[in-house]
Amino acid sequence: MNSIVIPLVIIAGVLLALTTISAGLIWLERRLLALWQDRYGPNRVGPFGLLQVLADMIKIFSKEDWIPPFADKPVFVLAPAIIMITVFMAFTVIPFTPGIQVVDLNIGLLFFLAMSALGVYSVVLAGWASNSKYALLGGMRAAAQMVSYEVFMGLSLMGVVMLAGSFNIRDIVEAQRGLWFCIPQFPGLVIFFIAGVAETHRLPFDLPEAENELVAGFHAEYSGIKFGMFFVGEYLGMTLISALITTLFFGGWLGPVLPPVVWFLLKTFIFICLFILLRASYPRPRFDQLMALGWKVMLPAALLNLAVTGGILLAAG
Amino acid sequence: MNDLFYVSAAVAILSTVMVITKLNAVHALLYLIISLLAIALVFYSLGAPFVAALEVIIYAGAIMVLFVFVIMMLNLGPGSAEQEKWMLSPGMWIGPVVLVIILMAELVYALARSALRMPGIAMVGPRQVGIALFGPYLIGVELASMLLLAGLVGAFHLGRRDKQQAIGEGR
Repeated sequence: MNSIVIPLVIIAGVLLALTTISAGLIWLERRLLALWQDRYGPNRVGPFGLLQVLADMIKIFSKEDWIPPFADKPVFVLAPAIIMITVFMAFTVIPFTPGIQVVDLNIGLLFFLAMSALGVYSVVLAGWASNSKYALLGGMRAAAQMVSYEVFMGLSLMGVVMLAGSFNIRDIVEAQRGLWFCIPQFPGLVIFFIAGVAETHRLPFDLPEAENELVAGFHAEYSGIKFGMFFVGEYLGMTLISALITTLFFGGWLGPVLPPVVWFLLKTFIFICLFILLRASYPRPRFDQLMALGWKVMLPAALLNLAVTGGILLAAG
Repeated sequence: MNDLFYVSAAVAILSTVMVITKLNAVHALLYLIISLLAIALVFYSLGAPFVAALEVIIYAGAIMVLFVFVIMMLNLGPGSAEQEKWMLSPGMWIGPVVLVIILMAELVYALARSALRMPGIAMVGPRQVGIALFGPYLIGVELASMLLLAGLVGAFHLGRRDKQQAIGEGR
């Protein structure tokens, strides 16, 4: 009995927590951006403007959900669901605390990479199915950007895998008891973070939706709840990357005094704030600059990191 | 695990049939992605989680994205669906069906001859795959890497813009 109920409770809890967090992040992002730009942000609805989230949700649920007549209907409907499903699936392998993890896979890290690889389809298919020029351009940019950055996103994590000797994310956390991997794997951390920003197409790498040149890029034709799914999917993706940086490089739930779950949430929260700070402080690069950075700087750096880590491990025996 | 195998195998076959019969190129590609995911599940149910993950990451997640990317750039209109329809006329099916029946007969014969053995359900983790690849199969890995390098150099050569030509175009 317990073997069925407990996992179900964990799954429901994780789903509920993630949806709440990603909705709350919309408020957090607007407030923090306002703080850094010396203005107030939403502060009228409820205490500190917290109920703004609720108001936005009511609005987005009750908006007309319009499918353009020129769109490819089945694919148009499918696309926003893909990003939600893949990101939620990727969260299944993340150990929030020693006790809270949906599934303990021995290929956990690869499962995350697989899900993030499949997440690309959401944006690409949205761009194609919308059947409009701006959306198509956004979709093509997304395909090129995400496929390129995926390559060294995987490579940057292999250093961690080598140090821990396992793809199992729980083992990776346990291996950091002595020293968090952010120190021996600092290059890997930087590369993974940059790749993560590009994978979630957050600013400064939000070229697939660059609103001043492509209107809204891949989701230009979307409205109502389907747009909401892209929006929440983006915040979920940001939470996912932050949670992964926490688990892979900053010891996950490990930490003194405070209970594990608090440590995990605290560390993840810091990286989410870093994502938002990036948005507040960096301009968008040109698309060719983005691709050149990926292939000419990040990929060689990731390979070098891999070779050096391997060499040191080999020498240390 | 057996049920998982049969269900995912059935999905793989059905979606592959859809790949061939769908007239819209992107829809066909979507079915191909589903087919690859189903094959990944087949691998998983046979006790090869590492191969399953690689199948999803490389085939479904990277190669197929490039396919979709190319089809998107071509922006095929309704004309191509018409052309596909013409190509899939009933007469087209005779040749492939005959060949498939021959293959099927061979397969059934081979299976009937040898006592039906269940594939090993022993889990093959990433560690064993790595040891096998860089132990007994090292030469294969090296050859594959050389082949990929040749492909890379070839692609670079084809995509390279001639310096003189670039100046002529005012770049």
